[in-house]
Amino acid sequence: MLEIKGLKVKLEDEDKQILKGVDLTVEAGKVHAIMGPNGSGKSTLSYVLSGRDGYEVTEGAASLDGEDLLEMEPEERAAEGLFLAFQYPVEIPGVSNMTFLRTAVNAQRKARDEEELSAADFLKDIRAKAKTLKIDADMLKRPVNMGFSGGEKKRNEILQMAMLEPKMCILDETDSGLDVDAMKLVSEGVNALRSEGRGFLVITHYQRLLDHIKPDVVHIMADGRIVKTGGPELALEVEENGYADILAEVA
Amino acid sequence: MGLLDVKQEATEARLSGVTLPESGAWLATARADALARVKTMGLPHARDEYWKYTRPGTLTQADAPEAALYDTDEAPIFDGIERLNVVFVDGVFSAEESDDLTGEGLSIERLADIAQNDIHWAKELYGVLETKGQTPVQRPLAALNTALATDGVVIRVSGEVSKPVNLSYRHRDTTSDAALHHVVKLEEGAKVTLLENGPGAARFNQVLEVEVADKAEFHHVRAQGRDHERRNVTHIFARLGTESVFKSFTVTVNGVLTRNEAVLELTGDDAVAHVAGACVGDGEFHHDDTVFVTHNAVNCESRQVFKKVLRNGATGVFQGKILVQPDAQKTDGYQISQSLLLDDDSQFLAKPELEIYADDVACSHGSTSGAIDEEGLFYLRARGIPKDIATDLMTLAFLAEAVEEIESDELSDAIISRLESWLERRRG
Ligand SMILES: Nc1ncnc2c1ncn2[C@@H]1O[C@H](COP(=O)(O)OP(=O)(O)OP(=O)(O)O)[C@@H](O)[C@H]1O
Ligand SMILES: [Mg+2]
Repeated sequence: MLEIKGLKVKLEDEDKQILKGVDLTVEAGKVHAIMGPNGSGKSTLSYVLSGRDGYEVTEGAASLDGEDLLEMEPEERAAEGLFLAFQYPVEIPGVSNMTFLRTAVNAQRKARDEEELSAADFLKDIRAKAKTLKIDADMLKRPVNMGFSGGEKKRNEILQMAMLEPKMCILDETDSGLDVDAMKLVSEGVNALRSEGRGFLVITHYQRLLDHIKPDVVHIMADGRIVKTGGPELALEVEENGYADILAEVA
Repeated sequence: MGLLDVKQEATEARLSGVTLPESGAWLATARADALARVKTMGLPHARDEYWKYTRPGTLTQADAPEAALYDTDEAPIFDGIERLNVVFVDGVFSAEESDDLTGEGLSIERLADIAQNDIHWAKELYGVLETKGQTPVQRPLAALNTALATDGVVIRVSGEVSKPVNLSYRHRDTTSDAALHHVVKLEEGAKVTLLENGPGAARFNQVLEVEVADKAEFHHVRAQGRDHERRNVTHIFARLGTESVFKSFTVTVNGVLTRNEAVLELTGDDAVAHVAGACVGDGEFHHDDTVFVTHNAVNCESRQVFKKVLRNGATGVFQGKILVQPDAQKTDGYQISQSLLLDDDSQFLAKPELEIYADDVACSHGSTSGAIDEEGLFYLRARGIPKDIATDLMTLAFLAEAVEEIESDELSDAIISRLESWLERRRG
């Protein structure tokens, strides 16, 4: 589903190489996790895949179901089914969460030549999904992420994911800042979306999230590369021993 | 030749062919006085401090520059609102297109109709508030209007009027040069909402004088839209009595040149004056909001909230002043002007001023101009919202803060949905 080959990325304005050749394939129906030390390039990878400005791809390729992602505008990637739950969700003053989501859902439908969702159907859908994530009506009416607590912002990301029903979901540290109950809500939200046709790439520092969302594959990223790939046991190893051993081993 | 000479000559040249409209005693005096004021002040000149950011040439030249008519393929903005419609075509009242000018709690007369009277109550306001508003800063185009305006409405409000009065302007002649002068007098405890919309003329000079007596409430919502080539200069002069309320809001879209001046004086204690504007400028567009609020009484509140979104080389101007006189203690004055520049070609020029002579006051002002928040834009796009729609969503959100100054939800909804459709139309 998501195929990344030899991806090298530098900053546009600076002579700084961040990704130094990333190879990664996420198959439909699978959950892959990426762990790795701070600053290793995990968020950069997620941003480059979703089309944020400021990066220059110097080599390599990334595709979703065979479609070249790197050639597309961010909104086209989203309409193709790529979703990024941001590590730091952005506040947008003045645009209500509800308007934002309805515009997004319908823009994607339009891009795919599907019929737009009626106001009533949309409302029904969002109310039901918000409820399972314990997001109340007030949060839906408020401007996007404005004044939301850290945990509320993360739940709001999952709500967006649930509404947009993407094919390929990238979650960048969605677990950070969540209390135990919220972690459960978010994991349940993710698990509810797991399906044969959908792939997940979960970036995290902690085993805790992976207890709830059982990954099929775990990758370790260091200094702009995937340095090790294994099963769920790899995450447990990191949890216990940190990265030192793994990094020494691949050095 | 000094500036004064240049101005003097230009003014004399401009006025040489002008004859005052024939009118009855009360109005003839007001017109003659106004003409004398224009001669003394001279018409605005590019080197006047008050016209530093806006070129007055096309507003002062003898003939109106041609302005194409625009497609009227959308219903007038206030059509969905129950109102009393008063229509002017190229600056001339149209009885056929207007509603019957009667309403409970108010009387509406046409200026052209009362012009021949020897005496009329409007004498106490017509050109009077304008004259007062000439100090400390001169506004010669308003005096010119007082001298030359041949039409307008004179409204006296004695009670609470539920249906808004809507002054609708229509532009059907590409070279029309219109001057309208309206007078509104709210008696004690009276309440009315005045709506204005539509393109006035190729060149449109308008004065609105409003007297808000004690405990009276005046609401004003105005839409200046979509007639790309028009040139507008408007002045509002208002005097506020004790515990009175004055709230004015203007939305502006397009127009090569618009200068909206508001000159408000709070003369009674505990009065409230708000003036706000939202504007969207694109390409050959110049919009100037010039506001002067004078606090002359105790415990009054004033607010100025102006928001502009500019692109493709559009220019926005804000000159706003709060003047607090020595006796105006406990004044609460607020002023904010902000612009969102969607590209590097557009510019925002602001001159916010506070002049305070009382010691127990709370006044604040701020002016900012900035680009769109790229982080926010990317976030919206990452959810599948195309860049142009995302930009417009953020544009609307930015303007909404000014639109929210309108008290009536029905009216602010009308403004927002019209802004939405204008933005949508522009996206194509
Ligand atoms: N726009 C930028 N300007 C300067 N440096 C940047 C920029 N974007 C990323 N970097 C640098 O690139 C490196 C990788 O950053 P990235 O955010 O991808 O790390 P990460 O693996 O997500 O880290 P964390 O676990 O802390 O979230 C860091 O050294 C970071 O400082
Ligand atoms: Mg990160």
